[in-house]
Amino acid sequence: MLSNPDSDVVLSVTDVVTQFDTADGRVHAVNGVSFDVREGELLGVVGESGCGKTVTMMSLVKLLPMPPGEIVGGSALFEGQDLIQTDIDALQKIRGGRIGFIFQDPMTSLNPVLTVGYQLTEALRLHKNSSKSAARQRAVELLELVGIPMAKDRLDDYPHQFSGGMRQRVMIAIALSCDPKLLIADEPTTALDVTIQAQILDLVKTLRQELGMAIIWVTHDLGVVANLADRVMVMYSGFVVERADVEKLYRTPKHPYTYALLRTLPEMEGERAQRLESIEGQPPDQLQRPDSCPFAPRCAYAFERCTQENPLLEFVSEGHEVACWWNMEKNAPREAS
Amino acid sequence: MSDTHLSEPLLQVKNVKQHFPVTAGLLRRQVGMVKAVDGVDFDLFPRENLGLVGESGCGKTTLGRTILHLYRPTEGQILFKNADLTLLKPSALRALRPKMQMIFQDPQDSLNPRMTVGSIIAEPLDEHSIIKDKERSNRIEELLDAVGLNPRYTNRYPHEFSGGQRQRIGIARALGLNPEFIICDEPIAALDVSIQAQVVNLLEDLQEKLGLTYLFISHDLGMIRHISKRVAVMYLGKIVELGPAHELYSRSQHPYTKALLSAVPLHDPGREAKRERIILSGDVPSPANPPTGCPFRTRCPVAETRCATSMPEPKNLGLGHWVACHLME
Repeated sequence: MLSNPDSDVVLSVTDVVTQFDTADGRVHAVNGVSFDVREGELLGVVGESGCGKTVTMMSLVKLLPMPPGEIVGGSALFEGQDLIQTDIDALQKIRGGRIGFIFQDPMTSLNPVLTVGYQLTEALRLHKNSSKSAARQRAVELLELVGIPMAKDRLDDYPHQFSGGMRQRVMIAIALSCDPKLLIADEPTTALDVTIQAQILDLVKTLRQELGMAIIWVTHDLGVVANLADRVMVMYSGFVVERADVEKLYRTPKHPYTYALLRTLPEMEGERAQRLESIEGQPPDQLQRPDSCPFAPRCAYAFERCTQENPLLEFVSEGHEVACWWNMEKNAPREAS
Repeated sequence: MSDTHLSEPLLQVKNVKQHFPVTAGLLRRQVGMVKAVDGVDFDLFPRENLGLVGESGCGKTTLGRTILHLYRPTEGQILFKNADLTLLKPSALRALRPKMQMIFQDPQDSLNPRMTVGSIIAEPLDEHSIIKDKERSNRIEELLDAVGLNPRYTNRYPHEFSGGQRQRIGIARALGLNPEFIICDEPIAALDVSIQAQVVNLLEDLQEKLGLTYLFISHDLGMIRHISKRVAVMYLGKIVELGPAHELYSRSQHPYTKALLSAVPLHDPGREAKRERIILSGDVPSPANPPTGCPFRTRCPVAETRCATSMPEPKNLGLGHWVACHLME
């Protein structure tokens, strides 16, 4: 991990390792993930299901079932405090307060038997000791901020009285209620239709300008990240395989996995491909910690070293790091798709 | 909405409506009607791949199921190889069933976890044909091979396979009776990006090799552009635009199609920043209480007063491009 010269780092994560005990053995879900998030930055975390993107984020705030989960090592510095070493009681004060969360499915993450107003004011009363009337006033402001019409009248409605897109707006309002320094959004638009997704992305862009918090946006959708993130981190099988400024990642992807992932997506303009490029095979099962590159079995560029040693993330150019022997040793130029 | 094809259509859907009653109270009195599919017309030609796109709740799955007669349509005609399915006796319909198959969205839910892969694939064979013993097991192995799975896997259970492999099992099952027409209902929505391309390529190869006709239902506009030659856009139970894929994606006419296309995030930050976006306000209205006139008018950025009074008729723009919008006149 490069030492970061910037002093405006909000969260600094180093070598987080998380494993799960299952009936089949120990699953190596996260294998030493490090990254920084700077003030006001939006970091996109991209990967397929099972790549460890969600588990990494949940490890930071210990929102994992433990056991079977275990955070084996690593640190996560947030406002001078190592979250990994912090006990659950102290973490309770940070979760939903200085660190806000938005989850994928707003139907299952909102309580169906409590009013939206109650759920919105819960965090305020817990973290800020606001009085009931002050909290309600703030709740109305928050609902207006996320674009819910007639906010005042809707406080006493239940989640089922809102549509999917509106429920996700409520989730965002809850996440923002205590002015978080950092917002972790885990697949927040995956369950929504494209037109509603466009509304939410538009809202997030405006909110970022107004409130200026740092955001970690976890998704499998490379399209969503392209139009939102400042930097992108690509994960595969519990490792960060590539990290770059958004322009660089899409224009000159270095890791064969990133490259292949971008090529499998059908184009919305121009010539239509005769045949989609596909990545053959499947992601590895994670019962053994790989001592070789995890992508090697599916990689079109793999050579001997890839099956012998696991590459570490290394600097390739300003704001661009990649973990790939092919890039480091052969370094042949490759065109972006 | 027909097309300028030389061959006879394989499937003709004529003014099909599927209304579900809403009941309430102890006596289950009908209090309303959900108009899931509300007057759909289109033709499908042999070896064609028609894409059907729309947001969740627009009626695309219901339309697919109605075409296969899993629901009896409230109104309209469905002609498959010139036989009107709505008029057929159950026995005659059953004889036609092998020719029409379906691939479902979620391979997790559509495969019985207690059945082996071999028996899952054999079920339609046992139901509709008389092949036995050696011939039957050869056919199963042949089908597994055709979808790129190891033929030795016949005795394994669905949970032993990954999502992409399970979808291949679902495809093998659909191919068993040599169908001519397959409805693919969101076949890749539940799969990871790197696996989606594998399954789409397989479906394309099979179409080429076996001369299949697809109705490809999806909300993924990028994938539909890749796989379908013609595309129908559905909104609130109606087809609002239908045309050749290249026309529809480069010169869409209906305000809904335009908004839908502009909402798809591009995987290119440069083009994304320059793009003009149309962000629709609000949500899809409930099909139990649809707006008067044009169904899209409540969210339409260019709606006029006449849009509230009458439903626009589909208008032919040439080259098989149809659009239902008052502003086209």
